[in-house]
Amino acid sequence: MRLCTPSDSGVDLARVNLKNTIMGQPAIEFLSLTKDYPRGQWKRGVVRSLDSLTFEVEEGEVFGFLGPNGAGKTTTLKCVMGLIFPTAGTARVRGRSIDDVQMHREIGYLPEQPYFYDYLTARELLDYFARFFGYGVAERQERVAYFLERVRLTPFADVQLRKFSKGMLQRAGIAQAILHDPQVVFLDEPMSGLDPIGRREVRDIILELKEKGRTVFFSTHVLTDAEMLCDRVAVLVGGKLQGIGSPAEIVSIEVQGMEILCEVGPPRQLPAGLAERATRSGNRYRIQVPEAQLYDTLAQLRGCEARILSVAPLRPTLEDYFMRLVEHPNQAAVAESAGERA
Amino acid sequence: MAGTVAINTFREAVRDRVLYNLVLFALAMMAAAVLVGQVTIGIERQVILNLGLTAISLIGTAMAVFIGVRLVYKEIEKRTLYTLLAKPVRRWEFLVGKFAGLVLTLAVNTALMTLGLAAALFYVTRGFGRADVSIAVAVYFILLGLALITALALFFSCFPTPILSTLLTLGLFVAGQFSSALREYGKLAHTRALAVILGAIYYLLPNFHNFNAITAAAHGDVIPGALILHNTLYAVLYIAVVLLGASAIFANVNLK
Repeated sequence: MRLCTPSDSGVDLARVNLKNTIMGQPAIEFLSLTKDYPRGQWKRGVVRSLDSLTFEVEEGEVFGFLGPNGAGKTTTLKCVMGLIFPTAGTARVRGRSIDDVQMHREIGYLPEQPYFYDYLTARELLDYFARFFGYGVAERQERVAYFLERVRLTPFADVQLRKFSKGMLQRAGIAQAILHDPQVVFLDEPMSGLDPIGRREVRDIILELKEKGRTVFFSTHVLTDAEMLCDRVAVLVGGKLQGIGSPAEIVSIEVQGMEILCEVGPPRQLPAGLAERATRSGNRYRIQVPEAQLYDTLAQLRGCEARILSVAPLRPTLEDYFMRLVEHPNQAAVAESAGERA
Repeated sequence: MAGTVAINTFREAVRDRVLYNLVLFALAMMAAAVLVGQVTIGIERQVILNLGLTAISLIGTAMAVFIGVRLVYKEIEKRTLYTLLAKPVRRWEFLVGKFAGLVLTLAVNTALMTLGLAAALFYVTRGFGRADVSIAVAVYFILLGLALITALALFFSCFPTPILSTLLTLGLFVAGQFSSALREYGKLAHTRALAVILGAIYYLLPNFHNFNAITAAAHGDVIPGALILHNTLYAVLYIAVVLLGASAIFANVNLK
């Protein structure tokens, strides 16, 4: 099912996207966003949670915001939502300041581990939030029913939220975040607490939002999700931006070697030098060699009549990149700065 | 926006079991009023009204304080406010909505308890007279007082601990019952400075004494229209100032 609201279903997507895109203007701009918290018994000290965060997210991008616990990801999102106030700097969403209440008409937000009024049913919760966008009764009912179905909560629509599991609450949270068809969607750990089916559904929703031209900004610990979904990612460590770029650019920074997958059946055997370096699984061998030794190794394999199944470069994964930045935050390998992109 | 928040606040209170316990308590008080009325001779009406209106006032005050001080605190503590403030809702609209929602709850409960009192009175006196109009005015004054307490509780609800908020609200409520005495002490003060200070405190403290018309209603006295107008204007202005103060503070609060 394509993600669209009942009111605009059937409308040409290209036209919708053109209308909703402000030409040349980033969807999200972080401008030296800084947040300090007082520290110590007399609150004389200061701990810097965000340090001059500056980057942009383009319209229509799916942007992953990565970082270890305490990196400042949630603090960043709270600043944008107006839940806390920056010590210095600011942010803009589609040209509007985060201080402008009208900015909130264009955004959707799923907090980390969302809590809702547990005396409400899922239907009542969505209806409550829909009221803030001025929809009439019929449209509210239509939207609520549509998004309950979209997150597979229709059978539980009239159950009080206090009886919901963590995964069901997360799904209700996603429904309220996209209920009003926002241009920019902020999701704080959207996969948290979800089973594999739920994670798949959230991924589908994110991709459908992207298809519709919406901007999705989400924080996550699950790097495979980021690698799979994101046009670009940023890595935040200790409140500082350590790296930003597309997952493809990040993982193609360097080739660490080559991996050969081959099959050698009896009576043939791998040469002794190769056998020591190979990982065996039945008749199959996985051999990792430096790039310079590739052709020599292939020649040796031909000599023993090995069947070559694949030859692939060994590249660092997004996880390798992430771990390197976390462990050595000052040795940032910035694939692409926001400024260069602009 | 504030209206939507208010309706949700009302719905929360209606679904809260504590509310029903208080209503049950009120009904028990009404039953007690009937019993006491039966063992008194000639002053049944007076006893029933004194007991009943006092019960309405006390129960309403308890609700206004204990629910009021947690109105904002609970939303912050449970983080329900996060999703709400991400919507196009200004913080002051949220506060006004919470205030209106609790006042609506108190109004409905006060109305229900007043119906119980009216039924008890009708059971004993077998009819209503013109003097009973003052009962409605006394209830109206109780409601004005409850709205004022709610505003104060909401103001203190913007601070971090509900225990401190409860103590401050109750402290102001008690002090407001005796604020008139401060002015009298001021007149007797030996120094002009002390008189000015006591006078200033008198004007700063909420004057809850003026909202007490229980004795007048019990005796069937006519409550002057000027007092009704004065109390209404006083409550509206005081509530507006308190809510403005609460909004100014809450506008700069960093949520956890």
